[in-house]
Formats: sequence, structure tokens, C-alpha cells
Amino acid sequence: MSSTATADPRPLGPPDPSGEVLLSARGVSLSFGSVRALKDVDLDLRAGEITAIVGDNGAGKSTFVKCVSGVYRPDAGAMTLGGESIAFADPQEARRAGIETVHQSLALVEDLAVWQNLYLNRELTKGVGPLRVLDRRAMKSGARDMVSGLSVNVPSTTARVRRLSGGQRQAVAICRAAGFSSRLVIMDEPTAALGVQETERVEALIRRLRDDGRAVLLVSHNFAQVMRLSDQVWVMRSGRCAAGRRTAETTGEEIVALITGAQSS
Amino acid sequence: MTSGTGGAAVRTATSAEGGAPAQQHRARRQEDPVTTTAGESTSTTGTARPGWRDRLADPGTWAELAAPVGLVVLVVLFQVLDPTFLTLGNVEAMLAAAAILVVLATGQTFTVATGGIDLAVASTMTFSAVMFGVVFGAGAPVAACIAVALVSGLLFGLVQGLIIGYGRITDFIVTIGGLSIASGLALVVSDGQPQTVISGFMLRLSTGGVGVIGYPVLVALVVAALAHVLLFHTRFGTHVLAAGGSPEAATATGISTRRVKTAVYTLSGTCAGIAGVLLVARIGAAEPAANTQFLLNAVASVVLGGVALMGGRANIAGPLFGALLLTALTNGLTLLGVSQFFQPVAVGSVVVLAAFLSRYQR
Repeated sequence: MSSTATADPRPLGPPDPSGEVLLSARGVSLSFGSVRALKDVDLDLRAGEITAIVGDNGAGKSTFVKCVSGVYRPDAGAMTLGGESIAFADPQEARRAGIETVHQSLALVEDLAVWQNLYLNRELTKGVGPLRVLDRRAMKSGARDMVSGLSVNVPSTTARVRRLSGGQRQAVAICRAAGFSSRLVIMDEPTAALGVQETERVEALIRRLRDDGRAVLLVSHNFAQVMRLSDQVWVMRSGRCAAGRRTAETTGEEIVALITGAQSS
Repeated sequence: MTSGTGGAAVRTATSAEGGAPAQQHRARRQEDPVTTTAGESTSTTGTARPGWRDRLADPGTWAELAAPVGLVVLVVLFQVLDPTFLTLGNVEAMLAAAAILVVLATGQTFTVATGGIDLAVASTMTFSAVMFGVVFGAGAPVAACIAVALVSGLLFGLVQGLIIGYGRITDFIVTIGGLSIASGLALVVSDGQPQTVISGFMLRLSTGGVGVIGYPVLVALVVAALAHVLLFHTRFGTHVLAAGGSPEAATATGISTRRVKTAVYTLSGTCAGIAGVLLVARIGAAEPAANTQFLLNAVASVVLGGVALMGGRANIAGPLFGALLLTALTNGLTLLGVSQFFQPVAVGSVVVLAAFLSRYQR
């Protein structure tokens, strides 16, 4: 990739793609008043890959991720998911389309059991009409399958989330995002609050999501983690997608240089 | 796992005095679907849940069991002090007196479960009762009067819920305003005059029953049973607990906390409407009286029942026992000849004690 200066808004695609492009963004822009948070962002996410978005605070990472997850609607540009054009009105629509988010806050209810959190607002019911009651048995067994399917280390799906450690909570949140036939899992700083061992477990879990064929979008400030986990890195700088690299073909130094602007794509 | 087994043996000794009844109630608690799960294989439960020794040593358990344990203690105490306490007649009277409170506390449980509070329950009940009286005075059949009372409560709760949920005004302010508005409306509608209700049906409702169980008690039990199903066996109930436990998580998973809030205040208002009908049956008249003690007692029952005031954690059996406890307390004090003036003091003290225990809940 030659340095044709930042004037070129179309970063070159990955040279060695392994999966099919699942989500592609072209010219996505978004302004909040006079602040242009996103300017012509172009990037692709592939199925079966972990794609990292890196950049300084305020570079537009979170804003872009929120466009993908349906929190914000871009002012301009187009996004496609699996070849179909998407424009989500709210996060629920994105969820229904198979885009799940693991929020930094995890969005778990501490006083509910693991299985209740896994099925939150997707509860299984039985019965007819207005007399529908929860199918607790089906949800509990479904929760056990979800947890064991990802070999998640959770003491019991009937334990309250309050009793779980930070890593176990993260695992439950990831499990919920991975269930329900999701195609793209967005993770915002998934290991920011975790210790070394728990971070390893969660990273193994993220790899498992990829190996199952999902696309994973990782937002992380931890370069070592990005280099360890990701297949593709997109660098954002002041609202633009400044560069894209295959992780195997770049170095931490280059990524840092791209983030600070010392090196342009 | 935060609770180790190390300190269990030491701490069990301190809590041994209440052992036997506590275990019984613990067993009941175990069947409660929120804390645990029927049909779960025991191999997984061992690691997930601390042993009974840990649970007994944990003050949080005592907060949850405050109402049933306290009730047993009070019953034993009053029976020892006055053997007429547990006579059939007095038990019937206590249950009948508790029925209205159980209905109010059940509705209140839902608002508290969302982290809110309905300070207007008692006034809504008065308003519903007065509406009953007005329609009755106009010559309407009793069925229509009951319907009017229920709808009055429902609508009043709905309006409060809409203001809290969609107007985003603090529940405390809205319902304290609602308290004043409902009491005022009751006076306006009735012109400050009580309406005597003479009706065979209402008389049977207050005096009849199945065996020793009076109809008001049956109504209260049905309301509590339905509320239990609603809270633990429907999507709505889960969403109530989620909205109360973590509004942020609820919103992130697409649960509308506004709709949940609106619904719980509507429920509370409807329960107040039911209580209003029971009140008319009980006193044989529709009075625009303040009924302030019902508000305090309803909130007190919920707190005694181990429902977290911060929201997210609730059950129906606890407030039911809480209502029975408060009724037994006032009844027992009356039997013992303690001045009526001391009753609010006793109730208030019990509530503060229960709230103190609830600090240890986790």
C-alpha cells in the first residue's frame, strides 16, 4: 500500500480475505450539529473474522459502531449486511437482522438468573393468546445449551448474575450476543475491566465466535489484544477511516503511527 | 463466589436461636421460582448456591424472611400473653382485616419492584370507594358500581403511570400529588358526605365465605396468586424485574421501561380499586375518609416482605406475610389493651427495623 496521502478516502481492501464480506460501509457520514463525527467511512467486515477498529478517543469508533448497531442513523452513505441494504431505525431492528452488541456495561440484570438474562426480552412462552406463560424449562435447557456450546465457564445457569465474577459476566453477555443466530457480534472494550486470566478466557471465547463463522467487530484500546485477536484492523482518525491492514501484515508500531497520523495510509 | 464456607460454622452459632422456623421458611423460599428453580439437576445447584448454613448466617436471608419469621414470633408471643388471640373468631377477624391490606400491598409490590413507589394507593382506594357510592346512590346495580370502582382505580393509576413513564417525572412527586388529587376528588365527588351502601351482595361479600375463609380473604388470595403468576411466569413480570434491577440493561435489550412503569402504576391503581370495593363491603358505606394508615401499612408490608426498595427484586408471598404481620400486631396490641395511640408507633418501628434488615440484602 503506497502512501497516497489522506486525500484518498478509500482505503485498500484486505489483500488476503478469508471470509465473505458480511457488512460493508461506503461513505458513511454523520454530523452532530456542526461536529462531523464520521466523514465518508468505508470499511468491510468479513464473516469468520475478527475485525478490530482502533483509534484515539474521539476518532469516531464508537459513533461508527452505533451506526452499525442501529443507535444512530448515518446522514449519508450506505451500509449492506450480507448484500442487502440496511438502515436500522433502532437497535431492535439491528438485533433482528442478526447484529448483536456486547455493551461495555454488559447490560445484565444482576438480580436475575443467568438464564433469565440470556433470554431477556426474548423469553420463550407457552400457552395461547393472552394466557401465555413463560416456558421456564425450555429457557433453562436452552441456556445450558448456549453456555455449554461455547464452553463458557459459568457455575450454573440458574445462578444470579450478582454471584458471578467479572469474567463470568462478560462470558454471559457474549453468550447472549452469540445466541439467537446472530451474524455479527460487536464488542466494545470486552476485557477492559478484567484480570489476566479472565481476559484470556474471554479472548478464547471471542475466537470461538469467529471459528463458528460469525463476524466479530472489536473496539479496543489494547493494542496487544488487537494484534493477538484480530484478522483485520481498521484505523480511524478524526472521523475518517484512515487505513486498513491485515493484522498479519502489520506491526503495533505501524498501527500506532497510523492512529497518531505520523504515518498515513 | 463471594460467600466462602470458611466463616459459616462460626456465624451459624450466632443465628442458631431462630433455627427451626427459619429452616421451614427457607424451604418455602427455596420453592420460590426467583431464588431457585424446580426441576434443576442438583449437581449444578451445589456450586451455584451457598449452603443453608451460609444462608442462615447471611443477614440478607433474614431480611427476606422478616415477615414470615416475625409473624410466627408475634403469633406465639400474643398467644402466650393472651390465649384468646388464636381463637377462631379472632383469626377470622384478623384475616378479614388483612384482606384489604394484602390487595394494596400486592399492587404496591409491582411499583416498588420497578424502583418506584405509589404513595397514592390509599387515596386511590378511597376515590374508588366513593365512586362506588356515587353510582350506587344514583340507583345503579351493584355490578355496575363494582365495575365503576375498578375502572376508577385503573384509570387513576394509568394517568399516574403515563406521567411517570412518559412524562419522566419522579414517581415520588407524581404519586404524592396523586395522593392529594385522589383524596380531593373523593371529597368533590361525594360532596364530603358518606353514602350508605345497603346491598345483599355487598353484605354477603363482607360476612360470607367458604368455611372460615371469608370472601374478602378469598379475593385477596386470588389477587395475590394472580400477581405471583404475573410476576414470575409472564414476560411482563420478567420485564418489571429487569426494568427495576437495571433500567439500562432493560433498555439495551429493547424493553420499554416507560411502558413497564405505566403498567405497574395501572396495576397498583386497579388493586386500589379492588381494595375500594372490599372497603365499601367492610364498612357498609362509601366514605371520603383519608385512610392514611392504609398507605403506611401497604408500603410497610412490601418492605417487610423483603422487596428491595431499589427495585429489581420482589416476591408476592413476602408482602402477603407482611400485611398479616402488621394486622396481627395491631390486633394483638388491641387485645392486650395497649392504647390505640401506640399502634402507629409500633407499626412505624417494625417498618424501620425491616428497612434496616433490608440493607443487608444482596
